[in-house]
Amino acid sequence: MSRTRQRRGEQLMVPRAEFESYYGRPIIHAPSWAARDIAGYFFLGGLAGAGSVLAAGAQLTGRPRTATAMKVSSLAAVSLSAAALIHDLGRPGRFANMLRVFKPTSPMSMGSWLLSAYGPAAGAAALSAVTGRMPRAGATATVGAALLGPALASYTAVLAADTAVPAWHGAHRELPYLFTASATAAASGMALIVAPTRESGPARCAAVLAAAAESVVTEAAERRLGLVAETWREGRAGTLMRTARALTLAGAATAALAGGRSRPAALVGGLALLAGSVCTRFGVFAAGIASAEDPKYTVLPQRNGV
Amino acid sequence: MTDRHLLSGPEPDPARDAGHPDPPERVGFFTDTSVCIGCKACEVACKEWNAIPEDGMPLSGMSYDNTQGLGASTWRHVAFIEQKVPAPEGRTELSLIEGAPAAPEPPQAPGDMRWLMSSDVCKHCTHAACLDVCPTGSLFRTEFGTVVVQEDICNGCGYCVPACPYGVIEQRPHDGRAFKCTMCYDRLGAGQEPACAKACPTQSIQFGPLDELRERATLRVDQLHEQGVERAHLYGHDPQDGVGGDGAFFLLLDQPEVYGLPPDPVVTTRDLPAMWRHAGTAALSLAGSIALAFALAGRTKEAR
Ligand code: SF4
Ligand code: SF4
Ligand code: SF4
Repeated sequence: MSRTRQRRGEQLMVPRAEFESYYGRPIIHAPSWAARDIAGYFFLGGLAGAGSVLAAGAQLTGRPRTATAMKVSSLAAVSLSAAALIHDLGRPGRFANMLRVFKPTSPMSMGSWLLSAYGPAAGAAALSAVTGRMPRAGATATVGAALLGPALASYTAVLAADTAVPAWHGAHRELPYLFTASATAAASGMALIVAPTRESGPARCAAVLAAAAESVVTEAAERRLGLVAETWREGRAGTLMRTARALTLAGAATAALAGGRSRPAALVGGLALLAGSVCTRFGVFAAGIASAEDPKYTVLPQRNGV
Repeated sequence: MTDRHLLSGPEPDPARDAGHPDPPERVGFFTDTSVCIGCKACEVACKEWNAIPEDGMPLSGMSYDNTQGLGASTWRHVAFIEQKVPAPEGRTELSLIEGAPAAPEPPQAPGDMRWLMSSDVCKHCTHAACLDVCPTGSLFRTEFGTVVVQEDICNGCGYCVPACPYGVIEQRPHDGRAFKCTMCYDRLGAGQEPACAKACPTQSIQFGPLDELRERATLRVDQLHEQGVERAHLYGHDPQDGVGGDGAFFLLLDQPEVYGLPPDPVVTTRDLPAMWRHAGTAALSLAGSIALAFALAGRTKEAR
């Protein structure tokens, strides 16, 4: 029957319940999305979106080099994320087709519109910052990107949660906060890498806030998921989530304790934060696939009336 | 705020609410698995009529089921469940829809085998998650209240695939576009019944106005209960359920999951308003925490 029955190892929070299924076959279809494209898209969208907020903050508080660096990083991230999306669709023309309709019940439709508003804003902000031309338009674009950025970081959680995938839909309340915390960790990590140490105070604070929030939210999501939390803790997803937590906490701690004095420490901390955010997104993605492929995670929660 | 919203709950007239000004009666399938003989005429008729590509010849080792499940190239799927009979009365003896009960079979001892057969199909949900999430409008509600994909508009994004709580719709490999049962939209338009219903020799697949099918199904369940088949029950018939009722519903002789069906599916867009609210709050908290970080950092700088 189901493959996971034979899995060895750790003590489970919820005892494995017996259930029936059709030859152990999955009940729902797992998404055919490639992890690299879609989990990568989640990460890059978050990095870009939260980065735009950091950039605007740096600009407002007189940290010009951080502002410019983060605008460039956001433009790069959003360009790569669009590339990942198009790679997943197969053809560039298909992205244009996404804007055929405006459909609030489809997070993917809303995301496509958001991306096509945010992308140009991030681009204009970066270009103006780098070239020094059209500062007025650049400032407007900076504000625009900072307003749209947080939405770009959080909507991808709705994109994942608005499916029948148990590990995603079951965590639909917590997932947006997890994604924005992870996005904040990534953007502050990037700021620690690209910005001069004397300007990196806010990024260090943000990294600590993000790491704390991510820990709390992950706990809350796993508690809510009950039995399905197994998919967050076991297998490939479990490894990724544990690595994510270790990297994010270590990165934030390094940044907070030494990142203000030592350039190498800032670099190491920043890289750990970025890598932690990557692991979180790939971990959540892998948990979703695992939960879709085992009928147990569809049947038992529904049987128990969750 | 009204109680009734378009994302979940009872929905008496999906076609009209989808913008068809004067729709015909909503139609559907009632699949009575108690009379299915597993002949697969429905699978074949569906493939033939809709010119669906072949699946190859995989041998699954799952009873007599080599089709394995619904997918882009399988719009009807006949499940074969081989079961050990749990109790002496576990063996069900079924009469046909009309006429005399079948000749009584010799009593079966515990440990004997029985077969359940069931022809599965897209449920044409009243609240169809696949349709709700499709970003291109490729999936649409027809005037008959059914759900159809337009292959020339489908973008191959694959969002409908994990959205469907029944695991019905699927993308075709190397193409990316999504396909599923259309309830033979072309035949409906010409006043004909779908190919599977037409081909089924036992009337296991019944097609017609949904209200009429629901009445007929209730009578059939009562009949089976009278004959002592206590496990007979309807699945997907209830407009109060998580998807607002299915346009294709079933009479089953065992738990839904035994047939590979979810026991209590919910259209995920039911929770979409909550999800958007949380996403909004999360976005604000992102902006807020970064603002807070600037405030804290500003202060520490001054302190130094
Ligand atoms: S069963 Fe799945 S594919 Fe069919 S209408 Fe419902 S959600 Fe769509
Ligand atoms: S794969 Fe096609 S039908 Fe499915 S959601 Fe995407 S565009 Fe719509
Ligand atoms: S054609 Fe009818 S009897 Fe034959 S497998 Fe299909 S549903 Fe069963």
